[in-house]
Amino acid sequence: MKSVTKAYRPISWPMKGAGGDTGSWRTHRPVVNVQLCNQCQLCWVYCPEAVIDRYETNIDYRYCKGCGVCATECPTGAISMQKEE
Amino acid sequence: MTTSIKNLPDTEQVLSGNGACGGCPATMALRIVGKALGPNAIMLLTPSCSVASMGMTPKLGYNWPGLNICFATAGSSASGVIHALEVMKEKGRLPGELPTVFSWVGDGGTYDIGFQSLSAAAERNDNIIHFCYNNEAYSNTGVQRSGATPRGSFTTTTPTGKSQPKKNMALLMLEHNIPYVATATVAYPGDLYDKVVKAKNTPGMKYIEILAPCYLGWQFDMADTVQMSRMAVRSGAWLLWEAENGNISFNNPTAPIINGKKDAAPVEEYLMKQGRFNRLLKGSDAQQRIAEIQGDIDREIAFMRERAKISI
Ligand SMILES: Cc1ncc(C[n+]2csc(CCOP(=O)(O)OP(=O)(O)O)c2C)c(N)n1
Ligand code: SF4
Ligand code: SF4
Ligand code: SF4
Ligand SMILES: [Mg+2]
Repeated sequence: MKSVTKAYRPISWPMKGAGGDTGSWRTHRPVVNVQLCNQCQLCWVYCPEAVIDRYETNIDYRYCKGCGVCATECPTGAISMQKEE
Repeated sequence: MTTSIKNLPDTEQVLSGNGACGGCPATMALRIVGKALGPNAIMLLTPSCSVASMGMTPKLGYNWPGLNICFATAGSSASGVIHALEVMKEKGRLPGELPTVFSWVGDGGTYDIGFQSLSAAAERNDNIIHFCYNNEAYSNTGVQRSGATPRGSFTTTTPTGKSQPKKNMALLMLEHNIPYVATATVAYPGDLYDKVVKAKNTPGMKYIEILAPCYLGWQFDMADTVQMSRMAVRSGAWLLWEAENGNISFNNPTAPIINGKKDAAPVEEYLMKQGRFNRLLKGSDAQQRIAEIQGDIDREIAFMRERAKISI
């Protein structure tokens, strides 16, 4: 009985991708034009998914859901939402 | 001075690839809360979007020990956890610093079904933080009305618009004489961060409510989540304030609206951006409906202005 209890105990562990590779949900992809970026970090702070690098403004497309919040909030227009192929 | 974005810690307690909708305001808020609380905390969640967002067993999208508890029990469950920890500490069985015990609960779990146990925890002044992320409906089950749904709003259980105003839950918590109460919203992350740090460093019961504009329930474009949060504050539909030991102060940009230095933006623009309101604002009674909603906002502003003058 012991092993059954263990197998079925409802415990999870902190891990990226708990909802799967959520990048597959995207219809539009945020693309950063580093030339226009002033490093204000607004996109970083508002990204619900924590996929934007704070200093390099790189985006982790494996998990970015394509919500577009970063593009709307960017004060310099450095982020554009481009349709996924 | 509010902490600037560049001075927020790197700590990430919300992990990428969780189960929340794109643009989710609850996750957005929880990320900032995580920066303020750090990893030494225990999280309690009642059934809600934030539970669905945790992801699929055996993976978990939040980097805290978390307990999924029954809907009505946020207050009593969090009390149980902190009492156990405090006893362990007393007996020398808990090394290191006492973890922060916090509940992360929706408006349904706070205003309605969890109200009794929350009120009891507040009356006992138990050493916990209760967060209410308020998306103004029961979103996880398909957007039903809650006590936080504002008048005039469409939900699946108020198809012609809710006819009652929302209640002022933060004020009800303040009237439990607890040491710290605050309101916040996702557009102002520095303000939210500072409030959570204050709560973390205050012993006793703390209540923080975060307005969380949910694109799905409110029916707007998900990219506008932060815009909607900003418009809520600028129109006075959401007031930013905090109360330390019962003394209320207002935070920017609410402060100039309260003290009469600046007019709140008319609510119409905010309403028209959201399908939950604008779908009902088409007929001949549209102006009267808007006036009713504006009336609720004006009343709250006037009431909170006067309530803040009482400090005993
Ligand atoms: C006792 C009980 N009643 C009903 C439910 C179904 N239920 C699960 S989540 C939810 C909605 C929760 O609303 P809220 O607390 O506002 O959180 P949100 O979903 O909006 O994030 C409901 C009704 C339940 N799990 N338990
Ligand atoms: S689209 Fe959304 S999830 Fe993707 S980087 Fe921008 S804010 Fe983050
Ligand atoms: S919001 Fe725009 S300008 Fe600011 S860091 Fe992000 S990409 Fe750069
Ligand atoms: S329905 Fe709203 S609150 Fe719930 S996960 Fe989606 S965006 Fe977040
Ligand atoms: Mg809700």
